[in-house]
Amino acid sequence: MFIIKFRKYFYAFSLLLVGLSLFAIFYKGLPLGIQFTGGSLLEVVYPKTQTLEGERVSAEHPTLSRVKAQVVSALDDVTVVPTGERGFIIRTGKLDETGHKKLLEVLSFEGEYSVREKQFSFIGPTIGQELRTKAWYAIVAVVIATILYVAYAFRSVSKPVSSWKYSFVAILTLIHDCLIPTGLFAFLGLVLGYEINVLFVIAILTIFGYSINDTIVVFDRIRENLRLDQEKKKKNPKKYQARPFAEVCGKSLEQTFTRSLNTSVTVLIVVMVLYFLGSPSTQNFALVLTVGTIAGSYSSLFIATPLLVTIEQWQEKRKKTVSENSDK
Amino acid sequence: MMKFRLISIGIFLFGLGVAFFSFAPAFGLGGWVQKHFPIQLGLDLQGGTHLVYRADTSSLPSGEVEESMSALRDVIERRVNMFGVSEPLVQTSSGGILAGNAQEERLIVELPGVTDLDQAVAMIGKTPVLVFKTLREDGGVEPDLASSTKKTSTSTATTTEDATASRFESTELTGRYLKGADLRFNQLSGEPIVSLQFNDKGADLFAKITKNNVGQVVAIFLDGRPISTPVVNEPILTGEAVISGNFSLAEAKMLVGRLNAGALPVPIELISSQTIGATLGKTAFEAGVFSGVVGLLLVAVFLILWYRLPGLLAVVALGIYVSAMIAVFKLIPVTITAAGIAGLVLSIGMAVDANVLIFERMKEEIRNGKKINEAIDLGFSRAWLSIRDGNFTTIMSAVILFWFGTSLVEGFALVLGVGVILSMLTAITVTRSFLKALGVNEVRGKIRFLFGSGFTK
Repeated sequence: MFIIKFRKYFYAFSLLLVGLSLFAIFYKGLPLGIQFTGGSLLEVVYPKTQTLEGERVSAEHPTLSRVKAQVVSALDDVTVVPTGERGFIIRTGKLDETGHKKLLEVLSFEGEYSVREKQFSFIGPTIGQELRTKAWYAIVAVVIATILYVAYAFRSVSKPVSSWKYSFVAILTLIHDCLIPTGLFAFLGLVLGYEINVLFVIAILTIFGYSINDTIVVFDRIRENLRLDQEKKKKNPKKYQARPFAEVCGKSLEQTFTRSLNTSVTVLIVVMVLYFLGSPSTQNFALVLTVGTIAGSYSSLFIATPLLVTIEQWQEKRKKTVSENSDK
Repeated sequence: MMKFRLISIGIFLFGLGVAFFSFAPAFGLGGWVQKHFPIQLGLDLQGGTHLVYRADTSSLPSGEVEESMSALRDVIERRVNMFGVSEPLVQTSSGGILAGNAQEERLIVELPGVTDLDQAVAMIGKTPVLVFKTLREDGGVEPDLASSTKKTSTSTATTTEDATASRFESTELTGRYLKGADLRFNQLSGEPIVSLQFNDKGADLFAKITKNNVGQVVAIFLDGRPISTPVVNEPILTGEAVISGNFSLAEAKMLVGRLNAGALPVPIELISSQTIGATLGKTAFEAGVFSGVVGLLLVAVFLILWYRLPGLLAVVALGIYVSAMIAVFKLIPVTITAAGIAGLVLSIGMAVDANVLIFERMKEEIRNGKKINEAIDLGFSRAWLSIRDGNFTTIMSAVILFWFGTSLVEGFALVLGVGVILSMLTAITVTRSFLKALGVNEVRGKIRFLFGSGFTK
């Protein structure tokens, strides 16, 4: 079908996206938040109204540049990121309680503005390092578990492509699905100050465990069609020609296109609702999941199966060259 | 078919019961549910403080570490309870290996509703560390002090203090063995003094120390500084000691208070803190719930529009699924965090996957000419492999996530794992019963439409 026929274009598109993502990631490294680097984070908001002498009056708020200038004069190594109109997130190194209080005072510009703290975190370096190591272990564990499981689940499908190759293709598409949201996040980190925290890693690991689902739907169909084909051949060995692998794949894709797409649509609906309507603390999380789900659906339908065909054709070509050489 | 009708009615009634259990409190009914199975909100939804302390166990003999950490936990919990924090969480944990350091003993403290970090740290951090020390073998100058029951003076100059301090080595007798402290007054001078009572083991230790050090100095160190360095007159077997050291009444009272609230068995250092304001928490909760409701509605609309009659039944099954999930949260109980709510919303989208696969398969079989009942059975049995494989990988991820996550996001992994399992159950058992209960078999006209999907006729 057309997906298999035009697979080169789909490969190219994916390679482009992956390339852009890698560039964004390595340009300045991943924008790690304090949960991974250690340090302090203070989120404040300058409320719209305040009570002065028993009356509610509207309150002013300082601009981003003023806040930056003010904070930089009090602390070295500090970054300020705005959230919404009147809120700011200040990141810096270790802050003990005195430092914390002093920063709040600094942010009130010595009483000129009324400032309210929304949240404050301090992460010591040990915890930060620990979380980083744990994150790596978790990622490696999920990758290995997925490779093993897919190979196991498809162990009986050895012709024409071995079950390990199904695993390999599955992992390749998963890496593609995880690189693209990460690249986007790295880009947003450069431009808007987005940061990678524990929720981000959770989202990536969830994408890993989940977006293989719609890939498996197609692979399952390929497996079933191959089996049916073999049964037909057994019944009628002389007359029945086994269908070429590419054709089986194409037919399987046609048959499962809608359902593979729909499983992703349902997740996409809820995840986008989560992004637009959910709590601010899970918004970035929802963004990563949204991009990952879209990438996952795209890769399952337009990359995974075509890759199987490409692999099978390479195998055929190598077999042909070997037999040609041995004929000479 | 009758069988399925009965099963379906049973499931439906059970679902109603579960829904009542899960949602009634939100509408002001079912007070007893709220009382016995309240919803636990995490810190990020109700506001509060989360602290991680590192306990310095380097001076403890290795066999006693666990006991000391347990004692530490008790002391801190007592302190926190004294301030009336509702449902605080104080627990020990070991970690640090993954950071390449030696194993660290840690104390995790969660204080819901406490949003002033200063206040929280004050509640916890300032409990005093009390250690009894004896002269080292290579000790230096003999202090010119009187016996233990008479007034002694402590050095006030820091350099002299340091010099004094360095001449001592710690004994095993620390605040762990302190039963209580009292404010007393010196009978001769009327000066405020602090009297310490040890528990049995402490009394034994104290007896041993005083027996071995008659005529020597035994120093009492508080928070690393010597506050009293009396000479032992005779062995003290009663397990009582007296600290007298130029205390003002206020100082003595404060010391007694702190010692009574619990002397820390081991010193602790704050290595991580997180405070979340109450309004931030409240908006997070409301937004989470709202997004869940909207998400559920949109998925329901999609299911009905695309899969028509089976879709409608799947929506009912989905409703039962959500009620069951919330009921499970109440029963375990699971602390609900923002990540947990996100997990629940996500699981709604994943829960229908099984239904999508089954319905698409059913459609295929009907197109191939099968009757409805057979199509239903084939749909379920043929789709099962994909459902099983897909959900298994998600569960694998959830297990790994549970291990990896901090306490605030552990809930997400739990929700995901339980959600996948539960959704398999509702999609397969519940939907199948409902479909079969319809009692439709011939594929004609309207039935064909109702069981079709999408843009097909």
